[in-house]
Amino acid sequence: MSSDMYKEIILDYYKNPRNKGTLESPQSVARDSNPLCGDVVEMQLNFSDGKVSEIKFNGDGCAISQASASMLTEVVMGKTIEEVRKIDKNVLLENLGSPNLGAVRIKCALLPLKVMKTALYQYLGESITREESNSLS
Amino acid sequence: MLEPEIAAHPLDLEKIRLDFPILKRTVHGKRLVYLDNAATTQKPQQVIDAISDYYSNYNSNIHRSVHLLAEEATEAFENTRLKVQNFINAQSTDEIVFTKNATEALNVAARCTTSSLKPGDKIVVTEMDHHSNFVPWQQIAKEKRAQLEIVFTTEDYEIDESDLESKLDGAKIFAFTHMSNVLGTINNARKFTRIAHEKGALVVLDGAQSAPHIPVNVQDIGCDYFALSAHKMLGPTGVGCLYGKRDLLLKAPPFLLGGDMIREVHRDRTTWNDLPWKFEAGTSNIADVIAFAAALDYLTRLGMKNLQIHEQEICKAVLAELSKIEDLEIYGPKDPERRGAVFAFNLGGIHAHDIASILDAEGIAIRSGHHCAQILMEKLGVPATSRASFYLYNGYDDVDALSKGLHKVREVLN
Repeated sequence: MSSDMYKEIILDYYKNPRNKGTLESPQSVARDSNPLCGDVVEMQLNFSDGKVSEIKFNGDGCAISQASASMLTEVVMGKTIEEVRKIDKNVLLENLGSPNLGAVRIKCALLPLKVMKTALYQYLGESITREESNSLS
Repeated sequence: MLEPEIAAHPLDLEKIRLDFPILKRTVHGKRLVYLDNAATTQKPQQVIDAISDYYSNYNSNIHRSVHLLAEEATEAFENTRLKVQNFINAQSTDEIVFTKNATEALNVAARCTTSSLKPGDKIVVTEMDHHSNFVPWQQIAKEKRAQLEIVFTTEDYEIDESDLESKLDGAKIFAFTHMSNVLGTINNARKFTRIAHEKGALVVLDGAQSAPHIPVNVQDIGCDYFALSAHKMLGPTGVGCLYGKRDLLLKAPPFLLGGDMIREVHRDRTTWNDLPWKFEAGTSNIADVIAFAAALDYLTRLGMKNLQIHEQEICKAVLAELSKIEDLEIYGPKDPERRGAVFAFNLGGIHAHDIASILDAEGIAIRSGHHCAQILMEKLGVPATSRASFYLYNGYDDVDALSKGLHKVREVLN
């Protein structure tokens, strides 16, 4: 491997993205972009019985952002709303194999989490706190 | 492997590299291959020493105090102005204004040329201009209800001359780049200036990329204004220059108001200082302007013509090596005579930032993104590109490293 950044997990999700596509009528959709790479990530979620019942992402951008989005959909799927609330930066990075991203490229990895959280809060009629938003950008 | 033509080479790279302390460091355990020169260049020891010498030995404010330190500092500061004048062959030091960067120089030029603009008047720029030679004109056009026309780029990455001719009809100002920071295209500044003048337009030339790489003679080109950036030509950050023809600068209103740029201040009116100080309000970036002289000396000693020949050789090698990489597309002229050694490219569907990160792990520094040229990116139909840009300390070994690095990128991400 030439770079610590491109861990096997990241390359796997980048080359074979899971849950990429569009839900027919999602209960919540959020979308955001990262001005650095021009990464765009959209998350679509459906909920039932207090759990995430369906999730898909769409997007365009660098390997880090797109792999992170795909991986996150798998982590979130089937979890209860309370469990999803608890997913933070550390959980995300651990699931990506704790890559050494550096201060700049870490924003690429965090974007999908920020978008997913935004979609969750939107569904709950809440909004993302400034503190959480700052921790994810 | 490349076959270096050392004998034909005008620059002694081994000797040059010894002058740049940063080139001794490693990046991720690898030799630093610095290919982000269009963003900023590295500094030779001579420039670093000049900064330290000023602060250690004669730090003081310029132009005002009468003590010896101030005299020495003023002399050194004004000495840089003389060197800039000679470097671009301006007629007098009155025509050289120090700014904080090329962007500020272009903003000053935009204010100088548009103070009497009327609604409906036409400003012409090109698709290959950097944001700093685009946004000021766009915003002034909005303010003054003037028209902004954008000249097209051809499929060969050159300015479309027939489009230029027609858009310049009735234009008041033509602002364009001497050398594109993305495409590498070197525009025929003399010819385009002549056309613009025939149509009655003033010419503002962005030389941020040309002044570091090719000989520039503003009188020969005939342009009315010319902007350059010190840090892109071995000098420190925080220094730019605006050249303006003397009679135009005399008539133009000052840009920033305050200390140093005045002659007399009365309760109800103020008169302006002589050129060029009328445009240099407040305390300037004294240390860095002084150190810029060391950079100009360095370039002059090597010879800009030699530097240009060196970069053309590098261009040939880069074009030959990169053409061997499958799916690699270079956005820029293929003729080394018509371009500088800056190469914007994409590699298949791989995102520019992924390319930059993998090359970084190999010790290779390149730029990725839109390069402050979003109009051009839109025209090329790409969100971003990678960009490798070379300078006088780069050699065939760096071209080779880039080529190997790009093969590695394909290996990792394909």
